[in-house]
Amino acid sequence: MATEFTLNGAAARFDGDPDTPLLWVLRDHLQLTGTKYGCGIAQCGACTVHLDGKNRRSCVTPIASVAGRSVTTIEGATGKTAEAVKAAWVAIDVPQCGFCQSGQVMSAIGLLAAKPNPTDADIDHGMAGNICRCATYVRIRQAIKDAAKHVETAA
Amino acid sequence: MNAPTKIPVASRRDFLAGSGLVIGLALPMGKAAAKAAPAGEATPFAPNAFVRIAGDNTVTVIIKHVEFGQGPATGLSTIVADELDADWGQMRIAFAPANDPLYKNLAFGTMGTGGSTAMANSWMQMRNAGASARAMLVAAAARTWGVPAAEVTVAKGVVSHGAKTATFGDLAATAATMPIPEKPTLKTPAQWTLIGRDTPKLDSLVKTNGSAQFTMDVQRPGMVVSVIEHAPAFGGTVKSVDDAAALAIPGVVAVKTIPQGVVVYAKDTFAAMKGRAALKVDWDLSKAETRSTDTMIKQYIAAAATPGVECEAEGNVATALASAAKRIEATYVFPFLAHAPMETMDAVIEPKDGGADFYAGSQFQVGDTTAVSKVLGVPFAGMTLHEQYAGGSFGRRATPDMGNAVEAAMATKAFGGTTAVKHVWTRENDIRGGRYRPLIVHTIKGGVDAKGQIVGLDAVVAGQSFMRGTGFFNPSAKFDEAMVEGLTGSAYAFPALRVGANELKNGVPTLWWRSVGNTHTAYVMETFLDRLFELGKQDPIMGRIALMKDDRAKAVLKRVAEVAGGLSAKSGRARGVAFHKSFGSYVAQIAEVSVGADKLPRVHKVWAAVDCGVPINPNVIRAQIEGGVGFGLGHALYAEITLGEGGVVQQSNFDTYRSLRMAEMPEVEVAIINSTANPTGIGEPGLPPIAPAVANAWRKLTGKVVTRLPFAHSENA
Repeated sequence: MATEFTLNGAAARFDGDPDTPLLWVLRDHLQLTGTKYGCGIAQCGACTVHLDGKNRRSCVTPIASVAGRSVTTIEGATGKTAEAVKAAWVAIDVPQCGFCQSGQVMSAIGLLAAKPNPTDADIDHGMAGNICRCATYVRIRQAIKDAAKHVETAA
Repeated sequence: MNAPTKIPVASRRDFLAGSGLVIGLALPMGKAAAKAAPAGEATPFAPNAFVRIAGDNTVTVIIKHVEFGQGPATGLSTIVADELDADWGQMRIAFAPANDPLYKNLAFGTMGTGGSTAMANSWMQMRNAGASARAMLVAAAARTWGVPAAEVTVAKGVVSHGAKTATFGDLAATAATMPIPEKPTLKTPAQWTLIGRDTPKLDSLVKTNGSAQFTMDVQRPGMVVSVIEHAPAFGGTVKSVDDAAALAIPGVVAVKTIPQGVVVYAKDTFAAMKGRAALKVDWDLSKAETRSTDTMIKQYIAAAATPGVECEAEGNVATALASAAKRIEATYVFPFLAHAPMETMDAVIEPKDGGADFYAGSQFQVGDTTAVSKVLGVPFAGMTLHEQYAGGSFGRRATPDMGNAVEAAMATKAFGGTTAVKHVWTRENDIRGGRYRPLIVHTIKGGVDAKGQIVGLDAVVAGQSFMRGTGFFNPSAKFDEAMVEGLTGSAYAFPALRVGANELKNGVPTLWWRSVGNTHTAYVMETFLDRLFELGKQDPIMGRIALMKDDRAKAVLKRVAEVAGGLSAKSGRARGVAFHKSFGSYVAQIAEVSVGADKLPRVHKVWAAVDCGVPINPNVIRAQIEGGVGFGLGHALYAEITLGEGGVVQQSNFDTYRSLRMAEMPEVEVAIINSTANPTGIGEPGLPPIAPAVANAWRKLTGKVVTRLPFAHSENA
């Protein structure tokens, strides 16, 4: 009873327990460890991936529910917005410990896809589900704005 | 080898959790055998323990401190690169192996990171390492070109003499044959090209694109994942286990009982978690800590009403307070706090014949590695530590008993054989797992004379010592400095002062937590001072400056007032100020606050001024102040670990142990004093002033005096 889905643009399958959260399929079985475990109950956002292009907490997403759908992880985050977000992150040295940052970056890409020019309130709302215990929030906010500006100017 | 000569250790009297502690003498790891640094074996030029220059022209700095976001990988590399005159683009990092002779923290006597000592203890060591390598490259160029060494110059990774140029990579093999200078010439501050300037962090890219490897990401062939069920109350032990249902879950391969709890092993993490949920464990709680925090607090408040052991005294505080024109007093309650780093506690241990590979983001590299070797019964020489990036710590990854490593090693040993075991705590293990910032109660009395001048402070702290009985505690000490630091050794001179400590027994395990005792002493000192200044009709900034003994303290307070433009705020908002010196560094902050929709402080902006000695990398310093503000604010507003009747922790995850989130983070503006003093700490000193600065603004705004943390606690409603 394998689950078949698209992962970072390529065909993928998982043969194990269909209840297994996508997070652990990615990390333990497919060796994509950029997606992180932080809480297991969709409270911290460290596990954020894109499911059919939208932000999704992989820790509470049973693999069975992903059948036939498209998953993008931090390893497969490409395109204009993704590149702009990653470049903005590095340019102002957002990460401290770094453990939450894959999830932050994925959430930011998802936010910009929906709101290309986010206001502070949009950022507060769009990033509310991502905890950073190092509290890099000041730089995350700035990097999102920098990325938005870059995408706009490049367009 | 490298010759670390003058190390500014003596000046750092408060380097870990208080002054005068002699650390390292009684640590449990004993004499760890020296092992060669592996990173140098394949590189042509390894002039000392810290610098590796390869033929491909990369310069790798061996990082002796754990990197969990506080920036030592970049900071240590900055120092080396400057003395070496390297180009920043050629710098690489590698984490040091477990080797005290080469890589000990010079403030500890063993490898370790804490007390904001990374830059302070490494400053001269890294400068010498870079300068020594540079001298050998210059000697190699002089030999190759047949010119006097004094005429050879180095800039941005290029060695030159007239029209002749060479890269470090070109010269590496020859440089390796040059004599190691006994006392390399160091640059003068005017010659620095990187120190004091913003240099990009070396680990930002890998931490942005998901490729940075943390312990939790380590995969080994045939590896099993283990998770643990701990007792529901601290000190509980396993009576019996029914593991039939757990073992029936596909993927679960074993269940074992170790002293720390019941371990479930599985082929993947999800199966291990499912197996754990299916366990039926009968616990023996006869020796467990079963008091609730409400009960503990009552007992602590009673203890704080008695004088306790005298820790610091000036003048006669009883006489001084008796003579005061006006007096106030207060009792403060600070809750247990979890560190909750984003990466939960974890380790991967792969036993082999006569040793083991040990993967961890270890904060006490030799201590942890030794602990694993002892549990497994293998010699230290057979151990290899593979140090990983660590997903935060805030103190949690360093335990005096090496408890994290011991539990992982016991889980590995119980499984048996040579299978690699990845031992992972779930977030519930973490929030309920103890090693908290201790529950602390303060009482404080103070008064002002007829002119409004403060006549004295009488302060008592009641709490539990996590230092006593460990290798980090001087057994002859009458009190635990980590409980009172900040009240003792403060930057202020009072006509009369008494600081007392009452140590209480508690079965809840506790630990240093980012900025340690300063987390509560700064709050008490700075909020109480603010009330005394009001009582004496003094300005909160000028009043503080008048009490300060130290010009560096006065300077940061003046600077923060300048950048913030004073303490006036627009209608509906108020500004509060606080200052605290910790880990050798001076930080002042002004917070602008309004009443939020949730009736809690909404902090809009924080201005900070910091003097942490020579600002090695201002970019990292700003980041640490921003992070210290956020970490301190989130806990002060929202966070508390409570125990119900029976001693069960009532929080379990980020839904009940609330963390600061994006919308709650203030804007932060940081001014850095261009100091010439030796570098001091930056990972922790940004934290202590934020909570009192917010509380002082809150009192101005609402008239409410908050003495029960967190602000969200029902008593403050």
